[in-house]
Amino acid sequence: MYTVDSYDVIVIGGGHAGAEASLACARKGHKTLLATLNLDNIALMPCNPAVGGPGKSHLVFELDALGGQMAINADKTAVQMRMLNRGKGPAVHALRAQSDKVAYQKLMKETLEKTDNLNIKQIMVTDLVVEEGQVKGIVSELGEFYSAKAVILCTGTYLRGKIITGELTYTGGPNGQRAAEHLSESLRQCGIELMRFKTGTPARVDKRTLHMDEMAEQLGDTQYHAFSFMDDWIDRNEQMCWLTYTNETTHQIIRDNLSRAPMYSGLIEGTGPRYCPSIEDKVVRFKDKKRHQLFIEPEGNHTQEMYVQGMSTSLPIDVQYAFLRTIPGLEDVEIMRPAYAIEYDCLNPLQLTPALAVKSIKGLYSAGQANGTSGYEEAAAQGLMAGINAALYIEGRNPFILSRSEAYIGVLIDDLVTKGTKEPYRMMTSRSEYRLLLRQDNADLRLTEKGRQIGLVSDERYARFLKKKEQIEEGLHVLKEKQINPTKEVQAKLQAMGTAGTKTGVTAYDLVKRTELDYGMVADAFDLPRYSPAVEEELNTSITYEGYIKKQMDQVEKVRKLEEKIIPKEWDYMAMKGISLEAQQKLTKIRPHSIGQASRISGVSPADISVLLIQLEQYRRSQGQVK
Amino acid sequence: MYTEDTIAAITTPPGVGGVSIIRLSGKDSFTIANACFRDQKQEPLSKRQNRTIQYGHIVNPEEEESPIDEVLLLLMKGPHSYTAEDVVEIQCHGGYTAVQEILKVVIAQGARMAEPGEFTKRAFLNGRIDLTEAEAIADIIDAKTDKSLQLAVNQLGGALSKKVGALREALITLIARLEVTIDYPEEDIEEVSINEARETIQPMVKDMKELLETAQSGQLIRDGLMAVIIGRPNAGKSSLLNALLRKNRAIVTDIPGTTRDSIEEIINVDGIALRLVDTAGLRETEDEVEQFGVEKAKEYINDADLIIAVVDASTPLTAEEKDILQAISGKATLICLNKEDKGVCVTAKDIEAIGQFSKIAPISAAQGEGLTPLRELVKELVYGGQVIPTYQALLTNTRQITLMETAYKQLQQSLETMDQHMLIDCVVTDIRGAWESLGEITGQSVGQSIVDELFSRFCLGK
Repeated sequence: MYTVDSYDVIVIGGGHAGAEASLACARKGHKTLLATLNLDNIALMPCNPAVGGPGKSHLVFELDALGGQMAINADKTAVQMRMLNRGKGPAVHALRAQSDKVAYQKLMKETLEKTDNLNIKQIMVTDLVVEEGQVKGIVSELGEFYSAKAVILCTGTYLRGKIITGELTYTGGPNGQRAAEHLSESLRQCGIELMRFKTGTPARVDKRTLHMDEMAEQLGDTQYHAFSFMDDWIDRNEQMCWLTYTNETTHQIIRDNLSRAPMYSGLIEGTGPRYCPSIEDKVVRFKDKKRHQLFIEPEGNHTQEMYVQGMSTSLPIDVQYAFLRTIPGLEDVEIMRPAYAIEYDCLNPLQLTPALAVKSIKGLYSAGQANGTSGYEEAAAQGLMAGINAALYIEGRNPFILSRSEAYIGVLIDDLVTKGTKEPYRMMTSRSEYRLLLRQDNADLRLTEKGRQIGLVSDERYARFLKKKEQIEEGLHVLKEKQINPTKEVQAKLQAMGTAGTKTGVTAYDLVKRTELDYGMVADAFDLPRYSPAVEEELNTSITYEGYIKKQMDQVEKVRKLEEKIIPKEWDYMAMKGISLEAQQKLTKIRPHSIGQASRISGVSPADISVLLIQLEQYRRSQGQVK
Repeated sequence: MYTEDTIAAITTPPGVGGVSIIRLSGKDSFTIANACFRDQKQEPLSKRQNRTIQYGHIVNPEEEESPIDEVLLLLMKGPHSYTAEDVVEIQCHGGYTAVQEILKVVIAQGARMAEPGEFTKRAFLNGRIDLTEAEAIADIIDAKTDKSLQLAVNQLGGALSKKVGALREALITLIARLEVTIDYPEEDIEEVSINEARETIQPMVKDMKELLETAQSGQLIRDGLMAVIIGRPNAGKSSLLNALLRKNRAIVTDIPGTTRDSIEEIINVDGIALRLVDTAGLRETEDEVEQFGVEKAKEYINDADLIIAVVDASTPLTAEEKDILQAISGKATLICLNKEDKGVCVTAKDIEAIGQFSKIAPISAAQGEGLTPLRELVKELVYGGQVIPTYQALLTNTRQITLMETAYKQLQQSLETMDQHMLIDCVVTDIRGAWESLGEITGQSVGQSIVDELFSRFCLGK
């Protein structure tokens, strides 16, 4: 075979996971190849034109703090931004950007092209080369061999991709692209277990054929925010979205044509996500619902294409036209790209370590939809983590693992590798048990130091971070020191601020703690320094939520010890006495990294964990380690 | 689960012996003991000489210092203790109530109920014992052979899990409705108002409070099966009771009843605690025939898990006896035909003609003969799952009580959080905590089900 070149890391796939993975490796100084089957579709957004939302925005903020790219590029290419959940508390505030899709792709391609140590090439990978349990490189369809110390699979929905619209099915990736037809077989031969998943996307319609006056306008925030710590909060509100609803006629048309829906005719075998049901699914499962809402969203600044959010379907095109035209505002709609469903192969994530390494093959990593997730943000976050870990592996350093109490990224990966998933996995804030700790606003405080240690946080970012941290500490100090005495003047001030007076005097800190007050109000009333909105936001949240945060910290502390107990890789659970059979089987399959991870496997009881702890202590002593 | 909190347990076998021991182990052992121990000295336990014995009283500091028992405390600071942690052992009078009360007090002061084998496990993990001993520990906490736990779960099966299940269902409905609007803020779903959340939680808090009150009233049973001995005067109830006690007597405790002063005796039948209610105690002060009528018998019957009816076989059945036998027909019942040596007027056939009984056996109460059928029946009923405890107090052990208390406090906290106008992200934290604590009572796993709830209840998505 013709060996073209030798790389440290090869990333297969140039979507959101692949882009972040290759950037992380190259930025850490490793010679990296990004192999994608179409250079025009780097960081493609084949579904909704948006980044963020609950849980997902948290991932983007965290990725940014660790030195990833998505946040910066999403800020630059946003056409509208909204902070969701404003009334529900800072822990669940969630930034969501409408993106200019094409601009995002172009910018990411440009970012990759400008990165040292990184080559991006249009290559269809057909084979993974593994020798003696060690990854050696990849082979392309042209017969080229590229050697590598580590390979990261970021294959998205392309592995044996199959597009389904009504009665039509064909092999292909999203958006008219080629599918990777041969790599699945090669992975299987390497002993990797694959699953078959399904997802879908709605139609794109021509903006000029819509009646905007029949739909409700959805404005962005007028004053706003950014995903990246490095970007200032600016107003991004160029574009509008619209809201409209289906009705009984729409539903009747769908019901009448169910026999032609691939989900019901048996044409689709893959498991689709429950949180992202097609409109035919919604109509069947929620019979009592008289209407379903849909949002019409722009695909970018320089196009008339509009995304019809809520109307994902694989019904035939004539049915798509028929039901769309029953919806107010869409009576004369022209479809530019029809809706479709896509089926694809992905890895069972239970085969992965918390570092996203494939357990059975040294040097092989996997990220994104290839691991059974859904969403650009989930993919990007995993891509970054897989990239970091592949780089650390080459450097001979310990893997970088975030715990569930440190980041949503930790929750995401822990869920995948511990519980597995039976459908495309989407991040949600309710998946986190430490939600009050894992906020958007403190992602930088939680993770910048870690990113710095890994080597992905630039001097500029680090200096900016230290300054913010210093100001927060200063602010807290100032508030605690500022004594407010119960003078007549003070009482009047407090009354004017809409809050109760004070009998014995309070500190400014105590005032900020009151839910009706915030730092800005207290600072202005009592001559304290003002800070940037980000610093004041952090002050407000950490003070108002102090008691609740402390409570969650206590819970974290309780389980921390278990997370730190690392289980030897070679353990034979089937030979272990005193563990239930179910636990033996699950432990053998999942091979948990730590006792903490083992304790989260369903079917492993506290009694089983006790046995594991004893085994671990025996092992430790037999290894002659001294405590 | 291995954490470094402070654990407590009764380390002596239940209901046996003159002295009972409660052991505390962990970093807060001394602080916890100090909070409920009273003697003449001023200095706290942590300042006193290590490895000494202290004499005093255990009190409940939350109930106006009411003394529970006089005790000896053994102070052992880590690492020179069994677990290599700070250990305090409380020696109190052997018995049923005092030792349970003391355990409850130390748990209220911050200790956690120890898991089976946990002291030994800690001893091992802290380097106190060697490998061969450790093999034995693995057996103690063997998940496969934990039959007693299983039994407990089976027994509880009905009433408690139903009650807890209903509480959890109401909570998860509320949680799902709150969470869905957080994770899907733009969906067409009605938001739950704070008032609505409050109105859902308030009655639950009240419910849980009642559950806890019955568990803690001290008049109700925490362990064991309640067996009632009935029968007309002179049938041989007292003789049977005495015969049972002679052989099996564990402890005698005076437990004041709610509606009557009866004496309960606890006997140990092959490891099963049987609480015998001596109805004989009633007739000593009252007009026996009138008092011990059908009405009274029915009252006992309703409370009992097992009924032992003593019939004098040497004299014909009275009308009252027939009434009583009819009333207990179909229940877990042992009919003892006593005094057959003095002539047989009543046979097993006569009894069978009256109703359905679990077992009919001849005994000689005075000689203490024929007690084996009783033991057999008790075992059969318990292990065969025929006895379903009828406790009014559903929460029967300290672990469950602790968990229910935690859930109760969390829900109360959520109400306070709402009163302070905190936002939903905080409010839902405590509600989720309560839901999880309740799940632990019946051992239901938690995990992903909140997310499952969202998807099954709501129409969501792009």
